[in-house]
Amino acid sequence: MSDLRDLYQEVILDHSKNPRNFRKCETANRTAVGYNPLCGDKMTLFLTVENGIVTDASFQGSGCAISTASASMMTESLKGKTEKEADELFQQFQNMVTAPMDQEPDTEALGKLRVFAGVREFPARVKCASLAWHTLEAAIHGESDEPVSTE
Amino acid sequence: MTTSQIIKQNQTGAFDVEIVRKDFPLLKRMVHGKPLVYLDNAATSQKPLSVIEAIDRYYSEENANIHRGVHWLSERATEAYENARARIARYINAAKPQEVIITRGTTESINLVAFSWGWKNLRDGDEVLISAMEHHSNIVPWQMICARTGAKLRVIPVSDNGEILLYEYRNLLNPKTRIVAVTHVSNVLGTVNPVSEMIQWAHENGSLFLLDGAQSIPHMDANMRELDCDFFAFSGHKLFGPTGIGVLYGKFALLDEMDPYQGGGDMIRSVTFEKTIYNSVPHKFEAGTPHIAGGIGLGEAIAYLEKLNRHAAEIHETNLLHYGESLLRQIPGVRIIGNAKEKAGAISFLMDGVHPHDIGTILDQEGIAIRTGHHCCQPLMERFGIPATARASLAFYNSREDLDALAEALGKVRDIFH
Repeated sequence: MSDLRDLYQEVILDHSKNPRNFRKCETANRTAVGYNPLCGDKMTLFLTVENGIVTDASFQGSGCAISTASASMMTESLKGKTEKEADELFQQFQNMVTAPMDQEPDTEALGKLRVFAGVREFPARVKCASLAWHTLEAAIHGESDEPVSTE
Repeated sequence: MTTSQIIKQNQTGAFDVEIVRKDFPLLKRMVHGKPLVYLDNAATSQKPLSVIEAIDRYYSEENANIHRGVHWLSERATEAYENARARIARYINAAKPQEVIITRGTTESINLVAFSWGWKNLRDGDEVLISAMEHHSNIVPWQMICARTGAKLRVIPVSDNGEILLYEYRNLLNPKTRIVAVTHVSNVLGTVNPVSEMIQWAHENGSLFLLDGAQSIPHMDANMRELDCDFFAFSGHKLFGPTGIGVLYGKFALLDEMDPYQGGGDMIRSVTFEKTIYNSVPHKFEAGTPHIAGGIGLGEAIAYLEKLNRHAAEIHETNLLHYGESLLRQIPGVRIIGNAKEKAGAISFLMDGVHPHDIGTILDQEGIAIRTGHHCCQPLMERFGIPATARASLAFYNSREDLDALAEALGKVRDIFH
């Protein structure tokens, strides 16, 4: 049986109640809107990228505990990373939350973000955890002005 | 219904939920190691064994295509399907079985009216009137037909309690209003709308009235000749029948005037490359081989309901709703969305500092199934300034224990988040 304590860890609850970098950034040069139509979660991500390095990351929006904590911790982890490193983080995060239960995905670069590993046991909540990351991909690669959707 | 009547009903044992529950095999199952508490009936209901067996029997003993075979099996299948139609017609007190068109569900029923009646009758400048508490399925088809015809979609606002503002409704009705399409019971707020009055006003105004009965017919009588609505749409799967089957009731004279919705087999009388003559009502609206097993299953679900003491079941449900609401109100930080005087079926709520999605996950671990999200009512969510709600929705087979389990589990949600 999956355990709620794996999903709602203290650090996740803390970030959901007191999200870090929860602000609009007027000077951001990359922004994207992420939307999960299933639950109505919506977020705007603000990135400042200088010489290929993320110097500031912040977000605004409304969502559940998992999506808010995920966005909060993602913005913390991005500062100082190159765009390539941010891409790699996205890949590892996605692998961690979507890998089959009998596999042990590589999470070495993820550090604190490993608290989201428990999401894997709750398939209905994977989209909540990955919304911020999909929005990040859209912000970095800027393919479209349309909101990025988890659907 | 007074309290003493309710107690009397309960004491006479007119409705014994424990006996009724035994008819629904799925209610016996365990989820995450706990007995299932199913409180998502507004999304879909569970099926009695008799429905499951009827579908099984059809495929095991009677499967054949209908309305065209000369062989014995086809005659059996046709008879079973048409008997189901007649049973549905009797259950909703339609004037005749031809007034029952079998569709895929409420959504298709409403689309049928929007595109068949709407395409023929709506003109530039006409108005279609809906309410702010409609499900997307009673919004989007009208938007689509309005875009094609130049008609205008207008919306009756709702109060903070979740009731249709009747004086606004009266003001919105005008000579351009061709049709009013409103839900009987809100799937989010549980509001029972004063539809008798609303239908009468529409008719006095010369407008037709489509009633969305998806959330009402599982909880109360749907008497077509008493309600006098022009169209009534509902889904089989919310009425303890199979998915993929539903009904559009329409007054015969209206249906007779309408053009077919889809073309194909079964809906024609004769076809040449020059000219096709359509079949009569209801068949002209039922192109192609229908969901025969579904129709038979829905007929069986209605047969089950006919055997229930519906009046006692309704009282039981009303008691449950009040009991559930009183339990939720005792939990600090819980707020009920939708406080209409007349309610049925659904209790939507929010909990301070906890997103409905998180409530849903924690309850699921306790074996409790509720719905969280916008419930296909995004404009209504916007009206109340909320992204989503948690919703517990009832059927007659729910018990007070189900609601006790809900309240207890909400305590656990609080413990995790506070």
